[in-house]
Parts: sequence; structure tokens; C-alpha cells
Amino acid sequence: MQFILNGKKVNAQAHPMKRLLDVLREDLGLTGTKEGCGEGECGACTVLINGKAVCSCLIPFAQVKGTKIKTIEGIHHPLQEAFAREGGAQCGICTPGFIMSALTLPANVSLKQMQISLSGNLCRCTGYMGIYRAVKKGLSTAGKKKLLRRKISTARKRALKK
Amino acid sequence: MRTAISTLKLLEPNSLNQAFKIMESHPGITPMAGCTDLYVSLNFGTLRSTQFLNLWGLSDLKKIRIQGDLLSIGSLATYTQIIHSTPVKKWIPMLVQAAHSIGGMQIQNRGTIGGNIANGSPAGDTLPVLAAAEAVVILASSRGTRRVPFNSFYTGYRKTVMQQNELILSVEIPKLKGKQWFRKVGTRSAQAISKIVMAAVSRKNASGKNLRIGIGSVAPTVIRLYKTEEILAQTGDIAEAQKTLCSEIQPIDDLRSTAYYRKTVAANLLAEWWEKHLV
Ligand SMILES: Cc1cc2nc3c(=O)[nH]c(=O)nc-3n(C[C@H](O)[C@H](O)[C@H](O)COP(=O)(O)OP(=O)(O)OC[C@H]3O[C@@H](n4cnc5c(N)ncnc54)[C@H](O)[C@@H]3O)c2cc1C
Ligand code: FES
Ligand code: FES
Repeated sequence: MQFILNGKKVNAQAHPMKRLLDVLREDLGLTGTKEGCGEGECGACTVLINGKAVCSCLIPFAQVKGTKIKTIEGIHHPLQEAFAREGGAQCGICTPGFIMSALTLPANVSLKQMQISLSGNLCRCTGYMGIYRAVKKGLSTAGKKKLLRRKISTARKRALKK
Repeated sequence: MRTAISTLKLLEPNSLNQAFKIMESHPGITPMAGCTDLYVSLNFGTLRSTQFLNLWGLSDLKKIRIQGDLLSIGSLATYTQIIHSTPVKKWIPMLVQAAHSIGGMQIQNRGTIGGNIANGSPAGDTLPVLAAAEAVVILASSRGTRRVPFNSFYTGYRKTVMQQNELILSVEIPKLKGKQWFRKVGTRSAQAISKIVMAAVSRKNASGKNLRIGIGSVAPTVIRLYKTEEILAQTGDIAEAQKTLCSEIQPIDDLRSTAYYRKTVAANLLAEWWEKHLV
């Protein structure tokens, strides 16, 4: 079965009812996606399918045919460093899930919006404040970087025109 | 995961017609939508079915559209779709509120309205909304289509009028006049199953008040509070209406709450709604 995983086309074989979580971890060797509860409550298994956050423990493999999947292994984002620096991770089992969910939020996210959007991710260690700090910082850094890249590229285009 | 998946079989139709044919040739096969209920049971090892029918690819069932005087929501429409749909926001904002209150965003991205209806949990959060809106469920099989008023869809705890070979195609919502209201009480404000969930439509005009109240988690199925509605509309006596409400519902003690708590909160919600919207 074909789909796109972290930007690369893959062709994988597994039972169509196997949980995406297990296919990722057991068949594809991507153990960054974690299992917490196995019942949709904790969000440790969150991945992005076509840009949307979903629990990979509740998805039959058959339903990802032709989709674009992103897992924590495919992410290079300021959120990762922000989680480390801001005390957003302690034991770390919830962290990949939180980062995947946070990736769907805007750069100028409010606390309220973070609380609502991350309510499907549970953390038993941090007490959440470190996580909210990390998400805010990571997303705003990413936003600034994006802005800078845009500025550089328009400046370059302008220079080339002259 | 407590279910051995090697024993399970999945059939994948390319079209609705093919899905109906498979249902005829595989009696008892379990339709599968967003799997946010099914895979929880699969994980617990409590699912008896071994044959499944994958509906997820049937994109016709995902459509939300206005057809004349009706809003039609495809059974496979997800909560995220409902939250962002302009027609739904205009037509039935209380359904948007209900969708917002379901799970976290991961569940909203996958859970479908058809799954909520078919699953038939008395705590299903869209169900009181559909009851108060007097929605109609469109069922279909290889033998044709039929329309069932939502308020006669359930026959008992997790029992419906659906036949083994039928699928839910869509749910239709008539134009709603008056004000809509939705309120859910759970253990926490996000990602919690309802202890009480209530939806209501109220219309005041020259000939009096027209009230419709749907309530969940207080009986084996979602119910309409017909008697309470009538007393409130006719007398406006909220104390009497609260008493009637308590006789109309049959809540139980379970792991989420107690019957006493549910009765008290249901009566309080009725008063809250009455004071905010109707006095
Ligand atoms: C963490 C978590 C939180 C949740 N929170 C809430 C909540 O707050 N409120 C709430 O109401 N629910 C909640 N749920 C339950 C669930 O998300 C909803 O009931 C959802 O709408 C189910 O839809 P689905 O598409 O995932 O159904 P599935 O799991 O795919 O199917 C559920 C049932 O419906 C049947 N079915 C599905 N589609 C059809 C169809 N078109 N025709 C006939 N039968 C069909 C299936 O055979 C199955 O029996 C939660 C679930 C989880 C895991
Ligand atoms: S493991 Fe999937 S939500 Fe907990
Ligand atoms: S860091 Fe341990 S669960 Fe979140």
C-alpha cells in the first residue's frame, strides 16, 4: 500500500486493520510515535495525516492509503528545541504527540487557543506550564524565521531586478 | 491491544452500491467510519465483530449541503468539517457547539456524525441537538432508501431501528426558527464524556411559546422532554417544569456520575436556559 511518509513515497505491507501506530513502530521502525493509552485519550500517538492531527492508535492501516503522513521523525522545527529549553519535557513520552499537535497551531497562538487545541494531549509530568511556554516560544521562533526567509527572498528578487 | 487482528477481515467498497452488495452477502458486517468508537472497543477486546466494511473512502457521504428547506449532513462528515462549515454555522449553530465539545482536535478530525448516531451512546453529544432540531435520519440499503424521524430512531439502550443491511447516508435538518441553546456538563471542559448534555430550541410568537428540549445521559437513549416542554410553554412555571423534568428522566449511578447529581444538574440547566432565553 502506498502513501507518503515524512515526504517520501513508501510502499508498505501490513494487515489492513493493524493500527497505524503499530505499523509505524513495528513495520517501519519509527518508534518516535508513542503509545500511552491506546484509546484516543492521551494523544501520545498523535501524527499528522494530510496536515491534520489524529491519534494513530485509532486508525486502521487501510485508511491511510494515498495520504501524506508526518511523524516526529520527519520534523525539524524550533518547537523541538523550545521543549528542551523551556521545561516542556520531563519523562518525554508525551512530547512527540504534543509537538505534532502544536505544529497545527498559528505562530501567534494565544494561551486559550493552546489550551483548547492541546486538550487531546495529556502530560503526567510537567503540569503543562512548561509545555505552553515551549509551544509559544517554538511557534513564534518559527514564525520569525519564516518572516526573515520571506524578507531575504523578496530582497534578493528586488536586487536581481535592478 | 487485546484483539488479535489477524482474525479480522476488512472489505473495502469503491462505491456505495458495492457497499450495499457486500452488506447483503456478509450479514452482520460492521461498517467502519472514523473508528473513534470502534478502535477503542477493539483495543479493549470487547468488539465481537470479525468482519468490517471500510466506509472512509466513500467521499459522497462526507458532503454537507443545503437542499431547499433542508440542511443535509453526510454521515461521514467529521466534527472538524461541521465546525468549519458555513451552512452548518448558519443553520444550526448548536450543532457546531456540540462538535466543539467532543473529544480533542484529534477526535474531531476523525469522529463522524453518522458514527455518533449509529453508536447510539446515551451520552452522544450531537444527539440532543438532533432531537431538539427534529432531524431526520436517511437510511439506505440495496433495497432502497427510507427516512426515519430522529426522535423515533432509538428503540432502547444502544438499539436502533436500523436493519443489519442498512447504512446511515445522511441526516437532514429542517429550518429552525427561534433561538438555539446547547450545554454540556462533564468532568472537565475538554475531552470528557457528558454527565448531562442538553440542547433546546425556543420560539416565541403571538400564539405563545414553542419549545423543544433534547437531553442526553439521563435515560437509556437520548430523549425529548415533551411533557416539560408543554408545561413550560403553557404555564411558564419553572418549578413545576423542573419537577416534570425529574419525572421524565431516568438517570442512573455509573462510573461518571450519580442519578442524584444528574437530576439536580438537569433541573438547574433547565432553569438556566429558561432565565437566559425565555423569561
Ligand atoms: C478520546 C475520545 C473522546 C470522545 N469524546 C466524545 C464526546 O465528548 N462526545 C461524544 O459524543 N463522543 C465522544 N467520543 C466518541 C466518538 O468520537 C463519537 O461517537 C464519534 O462520532 C464516532 O464516530 P466514528 O466515525 O469514529 O465512528 P466509528 O467508530 O467508525 O463507528 C461507530 C459505530 O457506528 C457505526 N457506523 C459508523 N458510521 C456508520 C454509518 N454511516 N452507517 C451505519 N453505521 C455506522 C459503526 O459500525 C460503529 O458501530 C469520544 C471518543 C474518544 C476516543
Ligand atoms: S495512545 Fe493513542 S491517544 Fe493514547
Ligand atoms: S513529560 Fe512525562 S508525560 Fe509529559
